[in-house]
Amino acid sequence: MPAERVPLLDADDEALLRLSRQRQLALSLEEMRAIQRHYRSLGREPTDVELETFAQTWSEHCVHKTFRGVIEYEGEVIRSLLRSTIARVTEELSPDWCFSVFEDNAGIVDFEGDYAIAFKVETHNHPSAIEPFGGAATGVGGVIRDILGVWGEPIANTDVLCFGPLDYPYERLPQGIKHPRFIFTHVVAGIGSYGNNMGIPTVNGAVLFDESYVGNPLVYCGTLGLVKKSCYMRSATPGDVLLLVGGRTGRDGIHGVTFASTELEEDAEEAFGTAVQIGDPIEEEKIKRAILQVRDERLGSAITDLGGGGLSSAVGEQAHRFGCGARVHLERVPLKYAGMKPWEIWVSESQERMLLIVPRRNLERVLEIFREEEVEASEIGELIPERVLRVYYGSEKVAEIDMDFLFGGLPEVRRKAEWAPPPLEEPEFEPPEPGEALLRVLSMPNVASKEEVIRTYDHEVKAQTVLKPLQGCFSGPGDAAVLKPLRHSWRGVAVSCGINPEYGKIDPYWMAASAIDEAVRNNLAVGGSRIALLDNFCWGSPEKPRNLGALVRAAKACYDIARAYGTPFISGKDSLYNESPMGSVTPTLLISAVGILEDVRRAVSMDFKERGASVYVLGMSRRELGGSQYYRMLGFLGRSVPRVVPQEARRTFRGVEEGIRRGLIRACHDVSEGGVGVALAEMCFSGGVGAEVELSRMPAESMRVDELLFSESNSRFIVEVARGMEEEFEELLRGCGAVFARLGVTGGRELVVRYEGREVVSLELERLRESWQSGVRV
Amino acid sequence: MSPRILVLRGPGTNCDAETVHALRELGAEPELVHVRRLVRTRALEAFEGLVIPGGFSYGDRIRSGAVLARMLSHALGRELQRFVDEGKPVLGICNGFQVLVETGVLPFGQVGEPALALMKNASARFEARWVHLLRCSDSELLGELPEVSEMPVANAEGRVVLPPGRAQEVLDELLQNSQVALRYCTPSGEPAEGRYPANPSGSFWDIAGLTTPNGRVLGMMPHPERAFSAYLHPCWTSGRGTEHGRVLLQGFVRCAGRA
Repeated sequence: MPAERVPLLDADDEALLRLSRQRQLALSLEEMRAIQRHYRSLGREPTDVELETFAQTWSEHCVHKTFRGVIEYEGEVIRSLLRSTIARVTEELSPDWCFSVFEDNAGIVDFEGDYAIAFKVETHNHPSAIEPFGGAATGVGGVIRDILGVWGEPIANTDVLCFGPLDYPYERLPQGIKHPRFIFTHVVAGIGSYGNNMGIPTVNGAVLFDESYVGNPLVYCGTLGLVKKSCYMRSATPGDVLLLVGGRTGRDGIHGVTFASTELEEDAEEAFGTAVQIGDPIEEEKIKRAILQVRDERLGSAITDLGGGGLSSAVGEQAHRFGCGARVHLERVPLKYAGMKPWEIWVSESQERMLLIVPRRNLERVLEIFREEEVEASEIGELIPERVLRVYYGSEKVAEIDMDFLFGGLPEVRRKAEWAPPPLEEPEFEPPEPGEALLRVLSMPNVASKEEVIRTYDHEVKAQTVLKPLQGCFSGPGDAAVLKPLRHSWRGVAVSCGINPEYGKIDPYWMAASAIDEAVRNNLAVGGSRIALLDNFCWGSPEKPRNLGALVRAAKACYDIARAYGTPFISGKDSLYNESPMGSVTPTLLISAVGILEDVRRAVSMDFKERGASVYVLGMSRRELGGSQYYRMLGFLGRSVPRVVPQEARRTFRGVEEGIRRGLIRACHDVSEGGVGVALAEMCFSGGVGAEVELSRMPAESMRVDELLFSESNSRFIVEVARGMEEEFEELLRGCGAVFARLGVTGGRELVVRYEGREVVSLELERLRESWQSGVRV
Repeated sequence: MSPRILVLRGPGTNCDAETVHALRELGAEPELVHVRRLVRTRALEAFEGLVIPGGFSYGDRIRSGAVLARMLSHALGRELQRFVDEGKPVLGICNGFQVLVETGVLPFGQVGEPALALMKNASARFEARWVHLLRCSDSELLGELPEVSEMPVANAEGRVVLPPGRAQEVLDELLQNSQVALRYCTPSGEPAEGRYPANPSGSFWDIAGLTTPNGRVLGMMPHPERAFSAYLHPCWTSGRGTEHGRVLLQGFVRCAGRA
């Protein structure tokens, strides 16, 4: 099965583009020309293996050329959006507790002693659109391997899912697009299957619905891992062995990265059917055991997962990282079946494979460990001193690529970005009865209970989940999960997220600001502190200036807000071609947050705990209902998107942090979708304890009662303060300079809301809970 | 003396670390052994107790626990039978329960053909939730477990099904021997009577755990190792945490210590 020479030297522009398209390379004309120039200078035609190597290594998926390229925006020339916004936050803050940021498969922060926490979030959108179960399952499998790829032990999964409305009319579905309910059911099943089988608890996440996801669902998969810093091996040298471990290589997953870097078209299933991989969690479970053993015995010199681009990316990137080259023998790769071409072996993204780099003296022992776990391990080559990638198939050399060109020859991408505020107006309407409105908002799909989803995920395996996704004796919606990953220590990890695409329809800047604020306040609400962030952008094509303008605005907010909050970004990923025949997805930024608790026994859940305790609101409420669930329920979008006032927010955050540390706060819930009304209702029915509150006491701009109830202003919390602790708590908040008010007391079987003494809501807990539970059915 | 307890694992076993930890905390000497190694060494008799933890052994291919069970009954059948006959305590949790049923050891203590089955939940899906359990047996393995206890289940195939046509007959025999050790119940201790979610799987007669007639082999769907600390209880933040899993495992370790 020899390699093919691809005639490139004499091709004209049209032929170059045709070649890129026919071979699914997803390379632009500029890029094809650069390759052509390079081979003209060598005086030979490239092989198919070589051409594929460029397509993989230069894909948007692997090199993030938009984020690293040049963007012209409103007269400004941005060189590397990544470096000038997101990475800049971390650089300027440069916290000494960040162990590894942006350079590995996952971001890593200190935890306790030798232990550190790794966190990574990935997306697997296009595969999930075509084959929802397999696409989602392998999304989970892939991000778990990212953690193994930093010698981490996976300890928890997170997942955030965005689908079209479950009641979307079938007749409106375009050709080739699966119904949102089908995608939803199978994505959830795929995620549960992989995590449950591997014994990794799924502890945090969200499920959102929007019309723009009908043609292109979003599947964000995250994994946290425990890293031992003393066993973190990253120092390979020439002569070290390239060891391919895990499952066999097949045709599944060919062109996954170029598929990810293309828009979804009607015939995507046919054209890219092979791009979706097939998952086998038990295989990955065995690999995990073997890798952790190799780690504990410190036998490796480097490791990476085989993800996008397969061997071609993994080998190239590792050799590049250690300033050397590599020699690879493709005939040594164990195959699922005969008949694969060299280039297919080279780029296949078959699942459950990892690349270990091992000093030759340790090879025997490493092979023995893999034998013990019944995992195949094959020596496929070695690192070499010359900066060249030499790939053989038997005696035939099928590729010889200059590493400097491979990693330095990509033409700079230059794109135009523009943004103008959409022509939106604030709606005028007769407000519905507040109690009725509250029940309806509670059953909005984005607010309603996701219990039926959450319970299909094992969230307690490993016996480390101290605060679970469902909290209180009546399974309320937790703000964040808390894990206690070490047997010998009470120290904990808080995992949370923030996401709100509705706001992005108004202004992506405030959407990003709000997502950061939400992720941070969710983390603080359970007792997390020293918070680090991850960003995951899912956008439509960046070749459309409007999409790119939205991206620039969101990235700028990431810098402004994270910098002000002192929360560094440690890892991130972008997925920029979320397009279908129905258009671009709503720009969607997921912010994930990981915080530390000194002692998990101080963690706070969101359910009201006892009768007769004081209920407080923290933070300023503004007339910010644009993009709110209340407006959405009434059929409006509005314009008054919630903003963030970092100085004000930080004072509130300090109050919450300190209040929890001192044990003054018994329950804490962030105010997000559905505003204060929903937050209060959730705290009541989760704990089985009612409350009576007076809305006119809320620190707020002047507004109507329904606006007070449902405004989604950022940086706010509702807290329950233990009886007798009120004075100390208020003293603390005043000391922090926080804005707050005591709204009322807990007790009874109802939520009673008054405005200037007049009862505006009076609803039994059971009715509130029923509405909340009726919204989303699996 | 701290009893040596073999914690068996195969590919896909995934609750072994927390199970080992729990046993060690209780003063036992747990040793985690891969089934392939056990087949090589045949060292079962060197242990005073056997625990088969939860997970998805061999990916639950064919049926849950079926492949690991065949490894045991074919390659180690005699050793396993002797272990059971000597009255050494055996505990199968979740997938481990499924394995013990598939080996035939549960419910009647005989390695061979299975006498009942753990089938797909009535809800047809994997489900993770805390349940209330009614203690129905004085088996030593349950230790000081109170009449009503709380532990979480997490499985897709936890529904006990007795042989069609002979269900009542088999149930009578199980009841006569006090072999139904744990039943799903309401918080106040009334049997769930098949009602979801108190009985999360639709298990026959609300069966959550079974023993052999001598009470020395216990299989259960709920996870005691996940109810080992009050801080793992879903209501601990309201001061309502319990540690019933610890209580149960304590009973098992004590029993092994006497074996």
